[in-house]
Parts: sequence; structure tokens; C-alpha cells
Amino acid sequence: MNERDILFLESAFKKYYYDHISEIPVPDDILHREFGYQKLGVKGMTRHIQVKDAGQMRVMFMKTVPSDAYCSNSYYSFPNLDMREKDWRGADLVFDIDAKDLNLPCRRDHVLAVCETCGCSRMERERAEEEEKKKKKKKKKEGKEGERGAGEEGAGGPNLECGSCGQAGRVRPKSLPCKECITASKKQVALLNRILRDELGVEPDHMSTYFSGNEGFHVHVSDPRFRELDARARSDLAGYVMLSGLVPEALGVHKTSGLDRAELPDLGQKGWRGRFAKAAFGSKTKRAETISEMSKTSSWAAYARFEGIIREVSGDVGARIDAQVTGDIHRIFRMPHTINSKSGMLKTACTGDADSFDPYADAVVLDADETVSVECGCPVRFGLGRKRFGPYKAGESAELPVYAAAYAICKGFGRLAANATTVNAD
Amino acid sequence: MLVLGKDEKAKYPFLADAGKYLQEYGFELPQFGTDPILKDIVDKAYERVMAATSGSVYKSGLADGRAVQDRMLDVEILSFLFAIVLIKLANRHTLVRRFALSEARRAESYLAGDLSDRRDRSRVDMARRILHDLFGLKVEMRDYRYLIPVPDYLKHSSVFHEREWKLVNRQVEDGHVILKPDKTVRLIRHALTTYISEKIRDSPVPDMIPGLEGMVAELVAVADKLTPAYESTGEHPPCIKHAINVLKSGENLPHSGRFMLATFLLARGQPVEEIAPLFKNAPDYSERVTMYQLNHLSGRTGGVKYNCPSCDKLRTQNLCFAVPECDGIITPLQFGRRRKAAQHEQQHQSSDVEPAEEGEPA
Ligand code: SF4
Ligand SMILES: [Zn+2]
Ligand SMILES: [Zn+2]
Repeated sequence: MNERDILFLESAFKKYYYDHISEIPVPDDILHREFGYQKLGVKGMTRHIQVKDAGQMRVMFMKTVPSDAYCSNSYYSFPNLDMREKDWRGADLVFDIDAKDLNLPCRRDHVLAVCETCGCSRMERERAEEEEKKKKKKKKKEGKEGERGAGEEGAGGPNLECGSCGQAGRVRPKSLPCKECITASKKQVALLNRILRDELGVEPDHMSTYFSGNEGFHVHVSDPRFRELDARARSDLAGYVMLSGLVPEALGVHKTSGLDRAELPDLGQKGWRGRFAKAAFGSKTKRAETISEMSKTSSWAAYARFEGIIREVSGDVGARIDAQVTGDIHRIFRMPHTINSKSGMLKTACTGDADSFDPYADAVVLDADETVSVECGCPVRFGLGRKRFGPYKAGESAELPVYAAAYAICKGFGRLAANATTVNAD
Repeated sequence: MLVLGKDEKAKYPFLADAGKYLQEYGFELPQFGTDPILKDIVDKAYERVMAATSGSVYKSGLADGRAVQDRMLDVEILSFLFAIVLIKLANRHTLVRRFALSEARRAESYLAGDLSDRRDRSRVDMARRILHDLFGLKVEMRDYRYLIPVPDYLKHSSVFHEREWKLVNRQVEDGHVILKPDKTVRLIRHALTTYISEKIRDSPVPDMIPGLEGMVAELVAVADKLTPAYESTGEHPPCIKHAINVLKSGENLPHSGRFMLATFLLARGQPVEEIAPLFKNAPDYSERVTMYQLNHLSGRTGGVKYNCPSCDKLRTQNLCFAVPECDGIITPLQFGRRRKAAQHEQQHQSSDVEPAEEGEPA
């Protein structure tokens, strides 16, 4: 990102924070949290910061104008010290749902491959196909020459050079707004929230759901009863939410003694058992049929069959969270109501009706009235802030509202046009 | 505070207030060294400790936890209290740990019995009180199944390795895990062991009791044989520490975990003879089999030496408990050596959570 783009974004962010600083929620027990932030154009992250109170937190924002601001879910005695000396006291529970992990077919149509050096972009799927071809060709060639192994592995992947500027290792996938991805993610969030509330006993008052500002959702649980759980217990909890690690024995299906009918999940049961039964059998009749079929086979065959069923349905019965995030107690998380520099959008609380929440409108907070001239290249159309943009031919210049200009620059496929006069040149 | 009857104290002697109890009886400690009336108590105490060192659970004289004779109840309680005196005199940590584990297992069977007693509600209530007062477990009962709040369950279950203890394999409803009585008490074995250990640790060290020097010396000798030298060597990575703790607490370590531990210690140069005792607490321990396997892994028999698995492999086996210091290493053997200077670039472009350590210096 060049100096002018950085200045442009910073002034847009600054303006936002100036007007909305009091809307950034002050974390509970702020004194025992670790804060961190990044700045545009500066590599790495400033971490291990202790903040005394709301006032100091606000000063930090106004002074540094961070591109991204983070706060730990953990509570430490000494948040400013090195990780091993912090003295961990507990942590809120956090769940992360990312559209990327859902890997829907629509991603073919809205993920770009953007070169962070020259800003050129094309569809990620085209890039991937080309890479595949190259790999095959290379293999063939090497096969012919009788060489084996050497260098084969390093050829593809993120190290592939950019087709325009030739630099290697700077081409990254960037996703554009997609309703389908968001709808699917919201479904996962709803399932997660149901599991937390109905099965794990978390009071709704202790749960907050946020749109991350890019492609994901975070659910924070501040229930103090969960605060002291260690990393292992959190991983176990994540396993429950995802329904991973389920064994046939838990369904009453045993290798040697066969089926224990009373233990087989039934439709309408509480907890994962009911959800599982619905997915595995579909109906009471089907369940009864399965039982009678099982009585005709050997116990080990029944066991193997259930291993198969578990493999098949678990992914759908469980919520698709990123277990690593929940299990790790030393992370810092993007703060609510702060700007995400991957998009220029806000990490927003989803309150009220989740269905009507539209992140591509509700999380767009930068200026919509002023416009600025941007040079961008984007092979597909995308919607943002209730408007549609693109497609743009490489190097095409467009007059965009500040929020959309920021979006294009943050995503890497746009830069201020040479003749652009920025809105706020202080 | 729990008010206990004598037969309850006999089942759960760690709940008795030791000092008060001995006082009530009007005994002074030195009397135990000489008084023939007290000999059966001393012998029983010794038996209790010895049973613990061999990894078994001391069989009490209580029939289903209820002894008919008053004297028998006294012997039960006093022998426990005096066993602690002997352990304090021997001053060996191994004895504390093993005794605590074995007594926890003994109490466990009584607790399970009490929790499933359908005739006598007061026994059920008593057992629930113990769970609550000692371990903060507030369990509700529904038709002789026990409902444990999910976070409480997780606090205790995280020491287990068997898949059955994973939350996903339990019946979970309305914020509770539902367990049968035996599993309910099994859940707190580790906490109970710790409770008893602390009780021992906190009791005063008595003066040597004349007449018992020989007995104490024997206990010391047994303990020293059990204590392998590895315990004092440097910092192990968390995966290894965890495996050792699992074995110490008498839990079952899966085969993959044993393999990791053995190959790790072998690679660190521990001799087979010192590693073998580590597995003594395992429920299926057999000295012959353990020695055979260790010799095999070390390459002493068979000629092939097995390597310690990589961190990646251990992660897939759920044996990894990485801490920030694990960053950048690929096998547990590298733990503690300097981190590689090479920094991985922040690869997760669209992740909104940041890893534990800085990606790269600013
Ligand atoms: S990262 Fe490696 S050394 Fe660290 S706990 Fe995991 S397996 Fe052990
Ligand atoms: Zn390029
Ligand atoms: Zn999509």
C-alpha cells in the first residue's frame, strides 16, 4: 500500500473514530486485559498493552489511529508483561465462524486473487486452475527427464509469482461481499447460539454476537462460570459444538455387545442427541427400521455402520466453528465497534433480529457522501452500502464514495487515482 | 461443615479431623510405638500404605461400608490417620501421591454405592454433600442419575483421555451433563486425590516414634525404589508433562501417549530401567510387558530404534498441549532450545484473531 493510500485511509478512520469514539464498548475489567493494535504501513503488531480505563483507551485510539485494534478475551494479573509472566486468571469464551471455512460453491464467483505488490486482480479460481496446469506440466516434464522429487513441492501455492509484476509470494485470495456466504454463516451462528443457550446452559445475557467486519462472526460468552476453563476444557467444548469426536458407544452402539436400544438417540430428545437423530434417521419410522436392520447384522457390522453415519452427519449436525480459536487462551481479538482494515468496515454487534442484519449495509460506516477518484481493477460486480460497484477493467478509474474507495484499497485491488484530491487533507 | 457419623468417617476417613479424633481417644502418638492394644491399628496403617505403593486399593474390613463392631470402625479411621503419621515420618513424596490415589479410589467405591442407594436417601444426600462441600460440585439427582453443570463437568473431565469423557460423548441437556453414579464419582477422582494429598501435606510432621524406626525405614526403602530419577531432570514440554501426570494420577494413557513418552525419554538418554516404573500406576501394568516394549522401542531388541513423533502427529492424536514456548518447534525434543529465528509471515489473511505471539518484530 502506498503512502497516499495510507494517508487517505488513516484520515477516513480518524474521522470515524473522532465522531464515534464513545461507541466503542469498554471491555469489562479493562485493567486486566491485554490490548494490541496495528497501524497501516507498519509491519507487525504492538501488543502487551495495559489500559487503565475508558479514557486511556480512547486516547489510544485518537493518538494512534490504529488500522486494527485488539483486546484479549483473557484476564491477566499483568497484561503488559511477556506471555509467560502475565499470570493468566481466566478468559471469556469465544467462538469464531468464518464464511471462508464453509467453503460454499459461490466462492468461485467472488474470491479474487489480488497481488499485494502491483494491485492486479483476477478470479482466484482462474489462478488456481493455471497453477494446477503448470504443476502438471512440470511433473510431466520431470517425469520424462527421469528426475524425481526435487523442487516439485515448492512450485505452487502462495509462492507463485504474480502474472503482472512477477513478484512471488504476494498474491492473496480476497473475498468480495456475498449474500449467500453471509446467509450460511448466519445459520451457523444461529445454531451455535441455540447450542450455547439450550444445551450448554449459557444465559442469553452473557452472549454477544458480532460481525467481524470482513467475512466472519464472533460469539463472545462472558458467563463467569466458564471463565476459568483451561485450554483443554475449551477444546472439549468446541468439540461438542462441532459434534467432533463422537463415538458409536455414545449412541449405545458397542463393538461386542451390540445395540443398547435405550441409549440410541431419538428424535425429539434434548441436546445433540435429538439433533443427531433427526439428521441420521429423519423420522421415527426410519429409526425403527434401522434398529430392526441392526438386529440382523453382527455387532461389529453395526458398529462400522454407525461410524459411517457419524462421519456423514456430524459436520451438518454440529456448528462449523474454528476450534483453534476457542481452544487458544492467549489470543487477542478484534474489538467490537472498531474498523477492520481488511475491508474498512466495522466489527459490529448483531443485536435484535439476526435475519434482517445486513453486514454489507449495517457495518459500512465510512463516509458515503463524499466521493474520491480511485484506480481499480476488479473482474466482478459487488454490492456494498446498498450500492453496486464494478466490474472494473484493470487500471480503470472510478469515482467512488469514500467507504467503497476504502474497501477497494483495503482489499488491495484499488489505489487513489493520481489526480485524486483527498477529502480531508489535514 | 459436614457432621459425620462413625461409619461415615470409616468410609471417608479423610473427612475426620485428625487431631481431634486422636485426642478424643486419649492416645498420645508415642503410645503407638509400644502399646500392644494399638498394634492392630499400626499394622493396618502400614498395610494401607503398602497396598498403595503396589498400586492396589486397600481392602477394608467394612462390609458394604457398614461394620458391625464399633472397634472395627475405630480401627478403620485410626489406621487411616496413623498411615498419614507414617507417611509424614517417611517423608517421601511418592508415598503421599500413591497413598492419596489409592484412598481416593477406595472412597470412590463407597461414594458410588451411596449415590445409588435407593433405600436410604440420607446416604445419597450425604454423598452429594461431600461432592458439594469438598469439590464445589452441585449435583442434582433425577432418578438416580446425576446432573452436573457443564462448566463444572469440564473442569474435572479435562484430565481424562478416554474418548468417553469428551463432552460430545455425554448426555447433555439444559446446561447439565447427566451421569450415572459410578461416573459421577469417577469424575472427581483427580480432585479427591489432590484433596487427600493436601490434607497429608498440611498435617504436622511428628517426632520419630520410638519402636517404629524399622517400619518407617522400610517405607522409605520402598518409596526410593519407586521413585525414578527422571523426576528431577529439566523442563519437559507440556505434552510430556501431561502424559507423566496422567500416569501419576492412575489414569489410562492411550497407547499413542505411552509411545510418545517412552520414545521421548529414550531419546533424552533415560535408561529403560528408569522409564519402566513410570508406567506402574497404569491400570493394565505388567512389568514384563513394559520392559519388553521399552527394549523394543529403544532398539535393544529388534535393532530398530523408534523416533519420538513430531508435534504435528501428536496434535492429531490429541496429545499436544502447546504453550507459547512451543512456537516454531517440530518435535517435542526441540522444546526449550532456542526458537528458530525464521519468522513465519502472517499467513491468515482474513482471520480476525491474532496468534499468541507476535508475527514479526515491528
Ligand atoms: S507443540 Fe510439540 S512440544 Fe509443544 S506440547 Fe505440542 S507436541 Fe508437545
Ligand atoms: Zn503483481
Ligand atoms: Zn459466497
